[in-house]
Amino acid sequence: MRNLMQKSALVLALFAAGAVPALAAGSEDEFKAAYAAAEAANKEAGKLRNQWTTTANTLTAAKKAADAGDFDKATASAKEAEALAKASIFQATSEKTRWKDLEIR
Amino acid sequence: MKLRSAIFLASAAIALAALTLTGAPLLAADDKIDPVADAKAFQKFFRDKFPKVKFEDFVNGPYSMNEDLYRQWQDKEQFPPYEFSLEMGKEMFSKPFKNGKTYADCFPNGGIGIRQNYPYFDEKEGKVITLELALNRCREANGEPPFSYVKDEMAALTAYMAFTSRGKPMDIKIPNDPRALAAYENGKEYFYTRRGQLNFSCATCHVQSPGERIRAEILAPALGIVNAMPIYRSEWSGMGTTSRRFTTCNSQIRAVPLGPQDDEYRNVEYYLSYVSNGLPISGPGARP
Ligand code: HEC
Repeated sequence: MRNLMQKSALVLALFAAGAVPALAAGSEDEFKAAYAAAEAANKEAGKLRNQWTTTANTLTAAKKAADAGDFDKATASAKEAEALAKASIFQATSEKTRWKDLEIR
Repeated sequence: MKLRSAIFLASAAIALAALTLTGAPLLAADDKIDPVADAKAFQKFFRDKFPKVKFEDFVNGPYSMNEDLYRQWQDKEQFPPYEFSLEMGKEMFSKPFKNGKTYADCFPNGGIGIRQNYPYFDEKEGKVITLELALNRCREANGEPPFSYVKDEMAALTAYMAFTSRGKPMDIKIPNDPRALAAYENGKEYFYTRRGQLNFSCATCHVQSPGERIRAEILAPALGIVNAMPIYRSEWSGMGTTSRRFTTCNSQIRAVPLGPQDDEYRNVEYYLSYVSNGLPISGPGARP
């Protein structure tokens, strides 16, 4: 289970690294779903006290594109924001033990 | 380490973190919280890393790391840019509130020469109390609105209180209370925890890279890093408090800063101050 989680987190982290593939044309509904998912993930990161400024910026960009009617772009940004938020969740979770590696002893 | 290249590597760092996780060592068996041993190891680390820096000079942040800068700093101290704030703080400190009381009524020894004892652990409340927090509480207890934690009045008041304590060795106590130990340990965890898209911890910059340049700035060593607070910074064109510095450091690594005086910041200040015990208070400070 733990291993699996790590593997999927790695995939997510790679997504956040800009490997998100271009998505098929998006509708408004698709955007709304993607945006809601991104917001939910970012909220979870907030509970872990580990939000990234880039997530917030990418969410804002998504919203702006949607307001301009560009749902392809809006959906892509929302998905990127979700990937960023998930990477921040992964970071916070793994740091729960990893921080000790850096400690001066 | 250059920030720009760090930014390019940012996302990769997270992916790397994911990769190295599988190789993370098992936790050491001795996970007992031992602040005395921590402080000893912490101070030794910096003394060994910078054998030429005098112990009491670590409190001068970036200036302790570079001889040219150190000379600039000595020149600057002739006409220190924090002077105005210091004067303002002195005036504010003695001016009575509407109810006739003053800040002096809220603090031991009338607030003079006590900076080195902050933050302290309040056993009634079970939490760390920083000087900034104590000042705003003092105001509120006397019917005055709290100040912004990051600059202006708060910086002026803490500048004055630090000034009256200059040269006194940092003297942070950890009472024999499991909650105090937990606060200390949480502060330590916060200090070493990587965060933000750049995947940096406070330690990445202030333990692994002091003396190195990041953009135009030279990184301060973590030892004695809060002793000079508050500071005047040219980049801020003004004064900033400990709260301002912590939140700025978080934004730099693309982490959303927490609220000033949130528990994490109070605890990390407690930790950093404790491991700097013995180093003189040097605030207020001036920075490039
Ligand atoms: C990206 C690197 C970086 C990280 C990570 C970082 N800082 Fe900083 N910090 C800086 C820079 C740059 C300065 C300004 C130059 C200097 O004084 O080091 C600074 C200054 C400071 C100062 C003032 C030092 C002085 O003498 O003026 C304090 C205190 C501080 N940081 C605390 C922290 C804490 C606590 C954390 C973790 C929450 C942290 N920093 C994380 C880069 C960083």
